[in-house]
Amino acid sequence: MAKKDAKAKTVPAIKKQSGSVAAEPTANAISFFQELGNSVKISFNSYISETKDNQKLRLIDAFLVFLVCLGILQFVFCLLVGNFPFNAFLGGFIATVAQFVLTVSLRLQSLDANKTVFKGITPERALGDYIFASLALHFVVLHFIN
Amino acid sequence: MVSLIDNEGYLRVDPTLLKLVKLLLLTLIFVSVSFAAVSSRLFSVIRFESIIHEFDPWFNFRATKHLVNTSFYEFLNWFDDKTWYPLGRVTGGTLYPGLMVTSSVIYHILKFVGLPVDIRNICVLLAPAFSSITSVAMYLLTLEVTSTTPTLKHKKTAALFSAFLMGITPGYISRSVAGSYDNEAIAITLLLVTFFLWVKSVNTGSIFYGALTAMFYFYMVSAWGGYVFITNIIPLHVFILLLMGRFDYKIYTSYCTWYALGTLMSMQIPFVGFLPIRSNDHMAAFGVFGLLQLVLLVSYLKDTLSPTKFVRLMFAFSAVVATVGISGLVLATKMGWIAPWTGRFYSLWDTNYAKVHIPIIASVSEHQPTPWSSFFFDLNFMIWLFPVGVYFCFQELSNPAVFVIVYSVLGSYFAGVMVRLMLTLAPIVCVCAGITLGRLFNIYLDVKDELSSWWNNKESQDSLFTLLSKMVVSATFVFYLVFYVQHCTWVTSNAYSSPSVVLASRNPDGSQLLIDDYREAYYWLRMNTPEDAKVMAWWDYGYQIGGMADRTTFVDNNTWNNTHIATVGRAMATSEDKAEVIMRQLDVDYVLVIFGGLIGYSGDDINKFLWMVRISEGIWPEEISERNYFTDRGAYRVDDLATDAMKNSLMYKLSFYRFGDAYNGLDPVDRVRQQKLSSSYAKSITLDVMEEAFTSENWIVRIYKLKNRDNFGRDLIDIGKKDRKQQSKRTKRMLSRKKPTLDLRV
Repeated sequence: MAKKDAKAKTVPAIKKQSGSVAAEPTANAISFFQELGNSVKISFNSYISETKDNQKLRLIDAFLVFLVCLGILQFVFCLLVGNFPFNAFLGGFIATVAQFVLTVSLRLQSLDANKTVFKGITPERALGDYIFASLALHFVVLHFIN
Repeated sequence: MVSLIDNEGYLRVDPTLLKLVKLLLLTLIFVSVSFAAVSSRLFSVIRFESIIHEFDPWFNFRATKHLVNTSFYEFLNWFDDKTWYPLGRVTGGTLYPGLMVTSSVIYHILKFVGLPVDIRNICVLLAPAFSSITSVAMYLLTLEVTSTTPTLKHKKTAALFSAFLMGITPGYISRSVAGSYDNEAIAITLLLVTFFLWVKSVNTGSIFYGALTAMFYFYMVSAWGGYVFITNIIPLHVFILLLMGRFDYKIYTSYCTWYALGTLMSMQIPFVGFLPIRSNDHMAAFGVFGLLQLVLLVSYLKDTLSPTKFVRLMFAFSAVVATVGISGLVLATKMGWIAPWTGRFYSLWDTNYAKVHIPIIASVSEHQPTPWSSFFFDLNFMIWLFPVGVYFCFQELSNPAVFVIVYSVLGSYFAGVMVRLMLTLAPIVCVCAGITLGRLFNIYLDVKDELSSWWNNKESQDSLFTLLSKMVVSATFVFYLVFYVQHCTWVTSNAYSSPSVVLASRNPDGSQLLIDDYREAYYWLRMNTPEDAKVMAWWDYGYQIGGMADRTTFVDNNTWNNTHIATVGRAMATSEDKAEVIMRQLDVDYVLVIFGGLIGYSGDDINKFLWMVRISEGIWPEEISERNYFTDRGAYRVDDLATDAMKNSLMYKLSFYRFGDAYNGLDPVDRVRQQKLSSSYAKSITLDVMEEAFTSENWIVRIYKLKNRDNFGRDLIDIGKKDRKQQSKRTKRMLSRKKPTLDLRV
């Protein structure tokens, strides 16, 4: 999803301001950036280590990245070229967003760590639900873009 | 062998048999609840006939007939040139098609099965049929809400109570009696089903239920403009859960699935179109959707980062999000990308707003603030069980309970603002009352322990008293329940079962008298006027004229064009000569007014006249002023003392023209306003540009024809004046001449 990524990118800049306000005057910006870089690195590393031996998760994540790129592409295209068949743009864009959300939900449901949260939803059931919702989504999108 | 007495002396019953009995009982309860719900809605059919009620249902009925007679695509592309003459209305694109599609689907299914039922009967009986589905949905909703309550022993008790309460609550019956074929008839059912699925999906976190919620949300969007209620209450629920720190992945999956699918689906309805991404009413849902993505990201980071870093990041994050979000919203509204809040929305917050800015909304009686008494009238004893139920929800504070609380707060507020929104309050009141009753009976009907201890130990007084007090409380509440049924039946039969097309009254001897002036007049229009005749009437009657008389109207209950309505109001409020110009411009053939003065029917046009004046004053303040229609003392008079503006207005003349004739020379009395006109004055009310075409039996409907222009190009009013002068000379001469008595002497 385009929005989420944009937000994630703006974080460093803003973090700088609030950090410099909050921290004591001796703290300088460079150490702060380092700290932030560290945080991102930690997150990234833990992500890599988590998904190392789970091909399914990697597949899902690759699909998510693809959807984000597609969404951004559509949005940029709309900004540059114009939104003339608004239905079509909206249909395409919402399709990526919705598919993204659905896939994230699927990912959440299929994580082993979340088994206690989603009681009664086995990974198979999650996949079935996911397919059902995706079918509904794409049916509506097809109807929408004419 | 299904049951046997075991060696300890207890009766043992096969569990499958028990289950079967339970199931049987459950079905029996549902059948009887449905029976009660449907049968109490049939008063109007039994007392009057199978007829469509009131105003809006007539349009829905007409649209349904159009849908049944043509195809679905033609229905969606329907341009109606018989309303809003000369503008016409893009009817297919400006209605919620859910209701019509539902009944036409039922019609076709029945036809396919081999039961050709008249479409009118389907329309009339649709609301009662859906009411029984509503009580099932209610059962499911309450069951889902209370599913996590640990203290409620028998969960089904509460759910069954709420189903029963919902089935016959007058607050819901008021919009779903047989014949009131309105959007609300199916919308409340859909509302409850959607809420049930929503609560279910929050409980399970399943994508499947989220998608189902979206689908029923879509159905709801297609059926009623009140879908905005759902659009806002679900995000609010989620938002409050977030504020309470209750975020979990279930909320993410259910909400995001619902929002992404539901928004896309709701845009398929032509009338809604791009509103979900353009109007402010829908922005809350979008905002929460965005927020959830961020929260998910944050919660992911939280797992991997150290707490201090996380807190800092969190603060920075929320500041950015809040500023970007709000400024984005304001900017987009300013730039016109997002439509600002609509007037109807403002009128929800400021009850005076509509009266000042949009008189057309304020003029509808169901948009008035609710009087206190009607809460009791519509909800009976549930009104004091309701807070108890909310209290129980507070005690529990599970995710579904929060939903109930949010809904009850919003619902109570809206029900206080507008009479018609009592309808949205009724379901949640039933849920809460059901929970209360369920808990109460769980405790007070559970006399097993007392009975056994009393049985075993005859001397113990304690258990006997406990038993007695329990019985007293239970008996009291059983009494309340019985009283509730009686109250509901009484209210339904007396207040909500009138079709308002046919009026009922009583003869002096107590027998029933049906006043059928409306249909008489509409039938006259249908039979005696050319098919393309254009009938001008106040907008209240637009749908009825279209539905029953099948004639072209100028304004109707759709009220999409305020100026056009004001034009009609102006024609009614100005003097005859000015009105003639307007009517010729509009190409009016007939004018229809409702006059209750003779029979004492208070909902007539003279009583609505002030709204016509107000609405047209909003557009032509220099020409029409409300003050002119009141006497110097501020009284609203229609008799000899009426102001000149009043006496000269077309509406007044059309109403009271030849009123004196009905009283045979006596002073005519307007029985609605309780004012007496002198007979000489009544005789002086004249009409020059119009001629009386039809007046119904009790004078409730009066139809006038606009005279053709004079062949010699003379002014019609001048001709009238000249005629009267000559006539008065002649009558004087006639009076002065002695006449021989012509009676036969035998």
